[in-house]
Formats: sequence, structure tokens, C-alpha cells
Amino acid sequence: MLKIEIDGQAVEVEHGSTIIDAADKIGVAIPRFCYHKKLSVAANCRMCLVQVEKFNKPLPACATPVSEGMKIFTRSKSAIEAQKSVMEFLLINHPLDCPICDQGGECELQDIAVGYGSVKSRYTEEKRVVLNKNIGPLVSTDMTRCIQCTRCVRFLKEIGGMMELGLVGRGEHAEITAYVDKSVESELSGNIIDLCPVGALTSKPFRYSARSWELTRRPSIAAHDALGSQIEVQVKNNRVMRVLPREKESINECWISDRDRFSYEGLNSTERLTVPMIKQNGEWKEADWKSALEYVANRLKVVAEKDGNDIGFLVAPTSTMEEGYLTKKLARGLKSGNVDHRLRRGDFRLDGHFQGTPWMGCNIPDLQEMDRVLVIGSNLRNEHPLLAHRLRHAVKMNAAEVSIVSSLDDDPLMPVAFKEICSPDGMINELLQILKAMSSLQRLSLCLPPSLNKLLEGIEVSANADAIAHSLAGLGKDYDLVSPRSGVFLGNMAQHHPRYSELYSLAEAIASLCGATFGVFSESANRVGLDLARALPSAGALNARTMLEQPRKAYMLVNVEPEFDCRNGKQAADAMAQADFVVALTPFKSFALNDADVMLPVAPFTETSGTFMSMEGRVQSFAAAVKPLGECRPGWKVLRVLGNLLGLEGFDFDSSEAVKNEIFGGEKPSKVVWNKLNNNLRHLVEVDVKATSTALRRIGEIPLYQSDAIVRRSLPLQKAGQSSVGMAAMNSALMQKLGLQEGDLVRVKQDAEAVKLPVRLDDRVYDNCVRVPVCAETARLGDLYGEISVEKAS
Amino acid sequence: MLSQESLARIDRELTKYPDDHRQSAVMSALRIAQDELGWLSKDTIAFVADYLRIPAIAALEVATFYNMYELEPVGRHKITVCTNISCMLRGSDEIVDHLEKRLGVHMGETTPDGKYTIKEGECMGCCGGAPLFHINNKRMCEYLTPEKVDEILGELK
Ligand code: SF4
Ligand code: FES
Ligand code: FES
Repeated sequence: MLKIEIDGQAVEVEHGSTIIDAADKIGVAIPRFCYHKKLSVAANCRMCLVQVEKFNKPLPACATPVSEGMKIFTRSKSAIEAQKSVMEFLLINHPLDCPICDQGGECELQDIAVGYGSVKSRYTEEKRVVLNKNIGPLVSTDMTRCIQCTRCVRFLKEIGGMMELGLVGRGEHAEITAYVDKSVESELSGNIIDLCPVGALTSKPFRYSARSWELTRRPSIAAHDALGSQIEVQVKNNRVMRVLPREKESINECWISDRDRFSYEGLNSTERLTVPMIKQNGEWKEADWKSALEYVANRLKVVAEKDGNDIGFLVAPTSTMEEGYLTKKLARGLKSGNVDHRLRRGDFRLDGHFQGTPWMGCNIPDLQEMDRVLVIGSNLRNEHPLLAHRLRHAVKMNAAEVSIVSSLDDDPLMPVAFKEICSPDGMINELLQILKAMSSLQRLSLCLPPSLNKLLEGIEVSANADAIAHSLAGLGKDYDLVSPRSGVFLGNMAQHHPRYSELYSLAEAIASLCGATFGVFSESANRVGLDLARALPSAGALNARTMLEQPRKAYMLVNVEPEFDCRNGKQAADAMAQADFVVALTPFKSFALNDADVMLPVAPFTETSGTFMSMEGRVQSFAAAVKPLGECRPGWKVLRVLGNLLGLEGFDFDSSEAVKNEIFGGEKPSKVVWNKLNNNLRHLVEVDVKATSTALRRIGEIPLYQSDAIVRRSLPLQKAGQSSVGMAAMNSALMQKLGLQEGDLVRVKQDAEAVKLPVRLDDRVYDNCVRVPVCAETARLGDLYGEISVEKAS
Repeated sequence: MLSQESLARIDRELTKYPDDHRQSAVMSALRIAQDELGWLSKDTIAFVADYLRIPAIAALEVATFYNMYELEPVGRHKITVCTNISCMLRGSDEIVDHLEKRLGVHMGETTPDGKYTIKEGECMGCCGGAPLFHINNKRMCEYLTPEKVDEILGELK
């Protein structure tokens, strides 16, 4: 520790701290523009100049490390003079157009100019003008306002992983630009809006719609991935105007992904359902709540009287714990065991084998401390943009070795030590190889269960698998082998994999052999929470897949759009069409619900209170940020009233808190969670070593902006994600084999359905696989990983 | 885009840096590309960036920062005259005048036949030889007089 003095105040700081760190620590304000605690130090704005004893010129506080006994003056005459001069220089070329600038009221330049600017400008010459750039549908630019702090450049390069903006030219001609009219494609791009200290980068969707001082700020939790990012929903006239991150170092630091930032645009979509609707003679009619609910209760009762198991309950994994729990309770009350939230899952063989609720296996910041990580079946940047950033950080700071096993070679924007791109079936084989390589490493001569040992007999280990095993085991390297900082994780694509159980068992075995943390990066905001709330089939009952394979007489859908959210869109649509009665609790009316009989408008996450549980097991409750739109009602209330109408016991909740209390048995959530999270299996499931297929395989990726109903309705996000949907992508070998050329129109057939799509050349897709993402055009196709045929459309 | 020879030269530059610091070779690589093509188009810059496996914008930053990289086409012989203080005191104005008259173009322009471009440059750190210019960033010509300029121009093909 070093003892220094700032403005006469003594402070002790760590070796290597800069003056600005020290000042921030004791709350002495030093003006700044280019410095940001999460970015590298550029020291190019010079706003932070301070006086330091024994130095005869002012020093930049952000770039000057402190030394023992240093005496710093931030408000002395010479410091203030320096700061004022810098301010004057910065304002020379600034347009001072605050009245028409969106940043007005929350602008660092404005704020600091009040403190350090002079009343009048001495500069009367012409100011420079910089042409605006179009960098995409999310971020709007006014480049004349830019003060060249390069925060945006550094963010995209250091946090986003790809340098998409740069400072070209120099001196007076310096300007920020992307390379020749390119848009910024980072899935974290919205953060540069927050970072920009002036109004050069502002939010395109939010632009000119409100002033920051008119907005009410309400805390909430992000609802589109399982990170549980803390957000602030900003509201005007009972409408969500924008979403910003709240700072939470251990979850989202000070960032959020674009999906979480701009999804709110979907909330106010014209497709919002605002009154209950009942279908009569094939036509949708508006209804009042009372008659709609009574109608639903009666219809469900009729089916349940015969056999409760004729009803299937599907809950979207974005629903709150309360919604999931009450749905389950309702189902059990009607004597139905068929409840599930794992709508895109295909393989349920692990059900009944889990010792607890599968989760990430560690906390989010742990990931960035790791030095060896194996990620299986994950398109990280799509699935969890900020987790990708944590891993990127690990690679950069600890030289972590990241290995990847997947069917898609999408660039995670970080150096990958080893990767194995293979067919979906090949992934199983690859894990077997890694397991074999691992078990033959001498130090790890732990016993594998005999059943596994037998499996490994005929397996030939490739050099790459061997390398991955060596990397994970950390042999011969300078790693902490006693408490290894390594991890094996399964991504969303692994969870959608048709042989997920086998992947899971093998991954668990690999992790336990090398002592690595084992976990699942779970999908959607609340997959883990709904598991804990047991929105799951009871023993022997039907799961999300079988409920559709064996069509039920009636369905209740909670926040689900069957064709988009279920693994097999076609099957889901058919099941709904065949059913006698379908009730959908949904914030949106959508064509995917055409076959429903009743639509009950329930509130999206911004309009209801509720609880999400993140993949690291953090239970976070939130309140409604705005009142429900129209006659929308919070889902938990609707379910409660349905319970009452059906005469079921235990439905007398007067708040979502009360529901939450029941879920956690009146205990502190963290205590319950701690006992319930567990990734271990009771038994291993069988692994089929030989299963391979030569058929063409669909890789039914869930594109970044197709993940859930709200996101799918956010126009700016749809514009940003355009290029990743509506296509059949395959590698050049397959294109050649099929005699196709980029841009050709093909008929993509799955089971009985076919759609026409343009072909895209994409060498990141493995041989004999076709990337056909889930989107409006492909919603009617079948299984995400099913067999597929592709032929030229005539 | 670039000849085998240029690529080989870039490869040689690359050997001077560790493999994860390929970016360090960007200045030499741009220079080599300019040597071959005369100037750096956006495509050339993107190509060089790609070759070095760095983002195109990172190469563009460098190319736009230093004024010896040409971002617009120039004549076969680019003559950059120093007009900074030492050269000015030693008569660079006269050299500029003479060049402009001889070639019939102004500073910053290229002759219609594409043979010459004349440009203004800043101090080249050789004030001892003022006044001076250099040709294509390579050949430095010092102690200039109008006669000497004519002689040099006469040699250029
Ligand atoms: S655009 Fe904003 S963040 Fe980027 S350099 Fe300019 S002022 Fe800084
Ligand atoms: S904040 Fe220190 S130089 Fe910009
Ligand atoms: S002033 Fe011309 S070389 Fe220095």
C-alpha cells in the first residue's frame, strides 16, 4: 500500500493505482472524458490534468501511477487553469447544439462544461463539421459532436472483441468511423451509447422521444438471457421509453447486451393483445375478463373431469417463477402431470436422473478467473453475449485456453486454443475421445465407472481431442492443480441437441475426471427458476416433446408461441390445430396462436411483478415498471383467478410475493437454492457409440433476435438481425454436392412441410449439415435437429 | 492483389514480430503495398489488413495517420518538397516555384500524363541539406537549386 495525499486528504492505495483511482476511492471528483474504469487508458482528452507536487507541469490523473508520498492537488490554481484550458480546446470544435441534442441533460461534456467552461468562447473562426456515419439500426451518430475520446473504439475492441470503429486521420481531421460504410455488428454495441460522453452516439430507437429528466427510472431484471442482468427501465406516460444497465459488478458489470437494451421496442408492438379474446365460429371476438375466465375454467373442467392428463401445460422459459409455479399447481389441481417449460429440448432421458436443478455450476465472475474452459455446443455470442465477454476477458487476462466442440464454427471473437467442429452425432464421439484421452493421462488414473470404460474401448483418439484433454487437465503447465480453475460447460445448442443426455453424461464425466467445474449455460431468463419451481412433468407424465407427439385434447400455453418456441414448430402447430381447446396466456396476438380458442392478455415482464432465477442461481424479484397495457393482467393473477374459478385449493394469493414465499417454503431463497442446485446425475445414461447418420441434418439455430416473443417484435433488433435469418446456409462442399450456388432458391423439406429459402455459402457449418435458423419463414418446419432435404426450387 | 514478391517482403517483416503481434508489421506492410501499387486504395488497405489478420479499420487508422501513405492515386514520381522553417530559410519557395512552373501543376496536383505529383512536406529531419525534397518517399535530394532540380527531373523516366 502506498500513502499519498489528495487535496490535503490522506489516502492509502494499492501499488499500481493511478491518481484517478485514488481520487475516486475517496470521492474527490476529477473531470474526465476518455477514462473509463473498464477500458484501457488512452489519456487523450487531457481533461483530468492535476497538479502534483515536485512536477512543474500538470499530469493526467488517469495515466499517472501514484508513488509513495505523492501530494496531489486537483483544485489548485494550476490544476484548474489546466482543466479550463483543456475544456476551452474541446469546445472549440464542438457544435454546442445542446437544445437539439439527445444527450442534453445527461451529457458529460455539458456537465463538465458547467464547472470548467467559460461563459464566452474566444474562438470565432469556422468550426469543423464531420459527416455522419450510418453504423446500423441501433446507434445513431452525430459525428460533429465527437470529442475523439475513443471510448467507443476501445469498447468495441476490448469488450466487444472486434475493432469495428477506429479513429482515422489526425489532428483536426481526426474522426471516428467504421471501415467504409460498414455497420457496427457487435451484439453489445448499445453500450457505446452509454459510454459516449457527448451526443455523438445516441440511441436510434429512442431518439427525439423524451428528455432524460422526464423519465422515471424503475429497476428491473433483463428477460432475454439467463444472466439476470440488472436493468433500469425508463418510463414516461406509462410507456417504456428505453432500457439502460444498472451497474452490478458480479453480473453484468456496467453493460447489457443489445437484446436486453432494445427489446422494449417489442413491448409496444401493434401486436399487443389488450383484451381477452374468444374464438366463436372461427372468428375472434373480444370478451370481458369474467366471461373469458369462466369460459376457460368450464372448458378445462370438462376435459379434466374425464382425464386431467388430456391437458398439456406449456410454459415459456421466459415466464416468471410465479407463473410457472401456479401453472404447475393448476395442472396438479386438474390432475394433469403434463407441465413443461423446456420447449426446445428434444432429449429427456435425463429426467429423473438429476440430483437437483442443473445450473451454471459456478458464479458468473468465476468464469473470467478460469484458465481452461471447454464449451460444448454453444453459439456463445448469440446465447449469452455477456458471458462471451467474460470468457474473452479470461483469455486476455489469464491467457485462458478455450476449447470448443460444436457443429458451427461461428467466431466467438476470442482466440480459441482448440476446436473440434463436427456433426451433431460427431460431438458425442468427440467427447468420448476427450474422455478417453483424459482417462489415460497418468495423473488422472481415477477409476471411471466400468460402463464408461467399456465404451471407450473402441474409440480412437484424435490429436485434437488429445490436445483438448491435455489442456483441460493442465498437465505440465503452471496451473493451480489443487483447486483448478477450469470449467466444462454445455450451451443452448447442446441442450437442444437430440442426444443431450449423452452429451451431458460425457461432459460431466470429463469434468469430474479433471476436477473442472461443470455446468450448463441455461437458455432464457428463467430456465433454472422454472426448474426449481418444478414447472416440470410429474413422474411418468408427458414432457414438452411428448405432449406434442401425442396430441392432447386441450392445452394451456403460458407466454408460448408454439411454432416459434417449440422444438418442432410443425408438430406444435398441428397439435394445437387438432386440440379441442387451447387457451393461451399471452402478451401478443400472433398468427402462431391462430389455432387457440381463447387468448388471455397477460403482462410482459415490464408490467408485472415476478421473480427470475439466473443460471448462477441468483433469485431476483422485480416489480412492474409500468401499468399493464389495456386490460392486460399479470400472469400470476390470471392463474390465481383460474384456480379459484376451478375451485382448486391453495390459490388465495394476494401478491406475487405470496406465491414466491410458497415456492421457497417461506425460507430465504438463497438458502433453498443452495440446497437445490446440483448438476450431478444419479446414474449415467446409456451412450450409443455407433449411432451416426449420413442424412442431411438441420442445425436449427436460434438466432440472436429470435429468442422470444418480445425480441421477435422489436423492429430495430429485427433490422439488426436481418442477415442471420431466412436462409439455408451450408458449406461449399455440400453446395457442390447438391449442385447449388449462393443465392439459389431451394426447397427445404422436413417431414411433410417445405419452405423456399435462398442458399447461403457458409463454411462455418459442418459437412452435411444445413443451418436453417428459426424465424418466421421456417417456423412451420419440423425438428430443430431433424433430417432435412434440400433441392433446387424450380 | 499484391505480387508474390511483395507478399514475400511482408512475410519477412512478419518474422520480426511474435505471431500474436502481427499488427506490428502494419506500417511496413502498407509501405510495401504502396511501393508496388503506387498508392493505397481502400481495397488495398483491407487486403493488407486481412493478410495480417487484423481488422481493416486498424490498418486504415495507420494509413490515414501518416502522410507518406497516399490515399489517392499519385503520379509515377511523387516529389515531396520540405517547406518547413530550415528549408524555407534556405529557399524552398524558389524550389516550389520552379517545380510548379516546370511541371505546370500546383502543389498537391499530378501532371496530366500521370508522371509527376508534387506535394508539400514537413521537416524531414535533414535540415543540414536544406532545401530538399524526396522522390517516392525513397530518394532524398539535398542542396537543391533550380538547375539541380532540372537535372534530377531529366533523369526521371
Ligand atoms: S463518438 Fe463518443 S465515445 Fe466515440 S470517440 Fe467520439 S466522443 Fe468518444
Ligand atoms: S481522462 Fe485522463 S486524459 Fe482523458
Ligand atoms: S525543415 Fe526541411 S528538412 Fe527540416
